[in-house]
Amino acid sequence: MLRLEPRAAPSRLMVWLSPLLALGITVAFGIGIFLAMGKNPWQGLSMFFWEPVKSAYNLSELALKATPLILIGLGLAACYRSNVWNIGAEGQYIVGAICGGGVALLAGEQTSHAIVLPILLAGVLGGMAWAALVALLRDWFNANEILVSLMLVYVAQYLLDDLVYGPWKDPEGYNFPQTRLFADPALLGHLVEGTRLNWGFPLALLAVALVWVFLFRSVRGFALQVGGLAPGAARYAGFSARQSLWTVLLLSGGFAGLAGALDAIGPLQQLTPQVSQGYGFAAIIVAFVGRLNPVGVVLSAVLMAMFYIGGELAQSRLGLPNAMTGVFQGLLLFSLLACDTLIAHRVRLAR
Amino acid sequence: MDMTASLIATTLSAGTPLALAALGLLINEKSGVVNLGAEGMMLMAAVVGFAVALSTGNQWLAFAAGAVTAALLAGALGVLVIWLNTNQYATGLALTLFGAGLSAFIGIDYVGKTLPNFTAWNIPGLSQLPFFGPALFRHHLMVYLTIVLAFGLVWFFDRTRAGLVLRAVGESPESAHALGYPVRRIRLLALMAGGALVGVAGAYLSVIYTPLWVQGMTAGRGWIALALTTFATWRPARVLLGAYLFGGVTMLQFFFQGSGVQVPAQLLSMLPYVATIVVLALMSRNPQWIRLHMPTSIGKPFTPES
Repeated sequence: MLRLEPRAAPSRLMVWLSPLLALGITVAFGIGIFLAMGKNPWQGLSMFFWEPVKSAYNLSELALKATPLILIGLGLAACYRSNVWNIGAEGQYIVGAICGGGVALLAGEQTSHAIVLPILLAGVLGGMAWAALVALLRDWFNANEILVSLMLVYVAQYLLDDLVYGPWKDPEGYNFPQTRLFADPALLGHLVEGTRLNWGFPLALLAVALVWVFLFRSVRGFALQVGGLAPGAARYAGFSARQSLWTVLLLSGGFAGLAGALDAIGPLQQLTPQVSQGYGFAAIIVAFVGRLNPVGVVLSAVLMAMFYIGGELAQSRLGLPNAMTGVFQGLLLFSLLACDTLIAHRVRLAR
Repeated sequence: MDMTASLIATTLSAGTPLALAALGLLINEKSGVVNLGAEGMMLMAAVVGFAVALSTGNQWLAFAAGAVTAALLAGALGVLVIWLNTNQYATGLALTLFGAGLSAFIGIDYVGKTLPNFTAWNIPGLSQLPFFGPALFRHHLMVYLTIVLAFGLVWFFDRTRAGLVLRAVGESPESAHALGYPVRRIRLLALMAGGALVGVAGAYLSVIYTPLWVQGMTAGRGWIALALTTFATWRPARVLLGAYLFGGVTMLQFFFQGSGVQVPAQLLSMLPYVATIVVLALMSRNPQWIRLHMPTSIGKPFTPES
């Protein structure tokens, strides 16, 4: 029989091999689904892993999709490193989109391109405020941040619904639940002609560098990681757990809000009830698959973006349900956590 | 029907899935395992239960199918968190995301399908009473079974040997292990048994309560059920009370709409979620109070020394 045996030291190789192994399991499961649905598995897999990187245009779409995932994933990586379980980034993203979109609507048609800055700022502040509610209830009332942040996702979604079905509804929109299109100057310009890629992507990469420096080269970043690994040691060292809590929640809320505002004035150009496609939840997987490491987050965000685009392509070209994406995402995280056992353990043949 | 009677009746019926799921999660947590996969398990049970009800026309088979589905998922969760010692939060979350995705995937063919109407059980005699009849005695059998279950669990935890062992495993796995109890197997069993109840709750939603399959139809009830265990300070009878309270809050929006109060529907729909946050904050305010009642080993993995 196979037996698990603790390793003397955690395997550094397995730390990076485990996500690949998990991806392998996910792909194997995917092949099973394609076969079960009577589709050619090779064709199915190519929708997910070849089509999104096939051409320069497809790559630009991939980067566009990866942008919110990188931003949110970065903030969540900081949260989980400090053992703060913010799982409501989806809500923070939605509020960011509401606030950014609100400023864009308020600016009206006669506005200059400078309005983009206040829009993004509003998004950041909106996301921060939504996350601050979580921090506040945790800090003052000791309320479990998992449940509070998740409940706030539903509240944010209903808030958005209320606005786009009500006061913000486009009067010329044939009664569809949507705001009017934002004015041209309020939109993010295209980075490369002929693509939809905008400044969000370079901004996300800049954020990666900043978060890396913050986590691995600053005292505050060090303090919050110690707090996550060994709360007792952190207390003894005089690191404030409250400060860490607020720092990571405001950080992740701000990033999620920024992502929401970027998407609102980027690819979406208006607010609808379907602003988010579950990016806030997918980013949880991004953070874990990326090993809670800013550089890893970029790689896993690109992978997750491939799942999104692949799911859309599989739907339009093969007639497979788009829900495939969700199945793959959940399975990837589930198998990753199982594979992570191999970091501290090895499999031995026992008699 | 009288407005108040109908509010009571709908409250009982809306609170039942919450109570079932929360009682299941209570069993999980008493053994020391937090199950963040509840929402995904409920969704999977809902779609499988709906499919079975549609093809067989038998509601009890649907409940059984939902229970088995969720118990199997709980078993998978258990292997990871109990034997591989993975992080309980992350793993549960993965299960929820997986369940949400897979249920949507399976459920595509069932959207818009309707089930035969499984009639409520009119208790002979009592259901004819004025006011009390329509309010209390014309419900689906599951509503009454849930109440019986809650008090059954009170008895189980306080008065039976098995209940005591389960609590010991949750309070102090080391001591339970030293006494020779198989801690990990007991936890797995508790996880699967609780999971089965979560599954029944899911099937109740799609087969009896709605009765429809809609993607993501649990709408956070799995999470609210999780909050209910804290709200109830891990006591079955209080879980029941909390579930009806939340069922009532859910129903309040229809009550408001019916009485012509001008509040946007979306804002009213927020009520259960806002209420969860408020209640959670109020209950958790005193850390000692929570620590006193919470199973001590909750969320912590246990490895027996070999």
